[in-house]
Amino acid sequence: MTFMHYARAFQGIVWRELLRFLQQRERFFAALVRPLIWLIIFAAGFRAALGISIIPPYETYITYDVYITPGLLAMIQLFNGMQSSLSMVYDREMGSMRVLLTTPLPRWFLLLSRLFAGVLVSLFQVYAFLLVAYLFGVELPTWGYLVALPALILTGMMFGALGMVLSSTIKQLENFAGIMNFVIFPMFFASSALYPLWKMREGSLTLYWVCFYNPFTWAVELIRFSFYSKMNWEALAVVGGCMAVFLALSVWAYDPSRGIQQRKAIGPAAAG
Amino acid sequence: MQKEAAKDGTAEEPVLSVEDVSYWYGAKQALDDVSFDVYAGRVTALLGPNGAGKTTLFSLITRLFDAPTGRIEIEGRSAAEWGFRALGPLGVVFQQPTLDLDLTVKQNLRYFASLRGLTRKEADERMDRALTALDMRERIGEKVRALNGGHRRRVEIARGLLHSPKLLLLDEPTIGLDDPTREAIVRHIHELARKDDIGVLWATHLFDEVEPDDDLVVLSKGRVVERGEAKAVVAATGAKDLGDAFRVLIGSNAGEGAAI
Repeated sequence: MTFMHYARAFQGIVWRELLRFLQQRERFFAALVRPLIWLIIFAAGFRAALGISIIPPYETYITYDVYITPGLLAMIQLFNGMQSSLSMVYDREMGSMRVLLTTPLPRWFLLLSRLFAGVLVSLFQVYAFLLVAYLFGVELPTWGYLVALPALILTGMMFGALGMVLSSTIKQLENFAGIMNFVIFPMFFASSALYPLWKMREGSLTLYWVCFYNPFTWAVELIRFSFYSKMNWEALAVVGGCMAVFLALSVWAYDPSRGIQQRKAIGPAAAG
Repeated sequence: MQKEAAKDGTAEEPVLSVEDVSYWYGAKQALDDVSFDVYAGRVTALLGPNGAGKTTLFSLITRLFDAPTGRIEIEGRSAAEWGFRALGPLGVVFQQPTLDLDLTVKQNLRYFASLRGLTRKEADERMDRALTALDMRERIGEKVRALNGGHRRRVEIARGLLHSPKLLLLDEPTIGLDDPTREAIVRHIHELARKDDIGVLWATHLFDEVEPDDDLVVLSKGRVVERGEAKAVVAATGAKDLGDAFRVLIGSNAGEGAAI
């Protein structure tokens, strides 16, 4: 297996994911509409009701829609991670996962390539959302759009890896809706996406700790700080650590000798 | 062929060697000490009723999961020791359709070619050759969703051959196809094995897909109940044809038709 083989396989996996994304335009619009509703309707109402004090990384007062934007970006990526995981379950049911997993390349490489392809798709959605948000008056520091890119890649990888772990534990496509409800909504609401943590603490100490230990909070903070060209090391450590753990778990789960795929016997016809 | 090779003392190495492989789904044993070889230029039919363990065996050979006991070698390389590298010489056509329906034939094949490390030029040339051989060249730009079952199967076979494998695994590739399409695919695969010196392992439950000169492995309830050249197996059982021989071997209730 030469370096060129790895490079071509990586290119092929990314290319396929982009082609599939282009085929599913409704997926792109759905990914945009969801956060836009939050931004335009939810944030507009809260702008008047909720004051945001000056907290890092902000150096001045900001409007609520500026505050909520990093959380909505993370939401796009979380949804995309879950969508990617859904498509892995679909691929497994449809059999195309077999084609990928019987490739003479290491599983970790194939899964990582697949993960990165998903992140690339999420970045298209993120920047399209930022463009629309800009048109609605949400202005972030100009350099932030570029500086935040590595943070967005990292958070996208974390959510994608989480999705991959979940995809390995789901037997059938029908079970996926439950996972969505139990993962996406609790992660999003119990985080610093909608309110700062100090605000949560005022309301409920328990909820504050739940939000504090939620990796989504740290993904949001990493994105928030990066837009202001600042580094939140704590957030970087949590997001990097979680990504490594989720990735290791998914590689383990898809390993032919140890993982849970073995017990489930990939695909419905495996007992034939 | 397997037995003859041993008798003659020929040094021909099998492209696939399965030795004492067993497998369990929880407490249920799916394979019990399965052993056989597949040689280059030969078609080996893995004949068994549904639930005999054929697909489980394919999953172990393709390393979708590992065999806890026994040994599987592809071109002398053990999958357990060589891991993913052992899959290099392997082409597979799964029982389940595995093409991406929303992509065109060309896009599907290019995706596979990139997974096998082929350049765009190599991929296009081989794609052209494989699709022409299977009468699918003119459908290259169509979405797979627009193709019928037989044509999709042909594309899957073309894909399995794209990287010039030494061993081709076909897991019930003709399932659900009409007779003329089935016959064409059976004929093509036999020609291919002879012409390109590929070892073929063909899992099926249809007697008429097995030719008299093929090697035969009869699998029943996870066990190999007979193996050898198909015509020799028929002769040894004193049956009038393969269908009869099969019924004798598995002691069964197999139906009258071609299908078991």
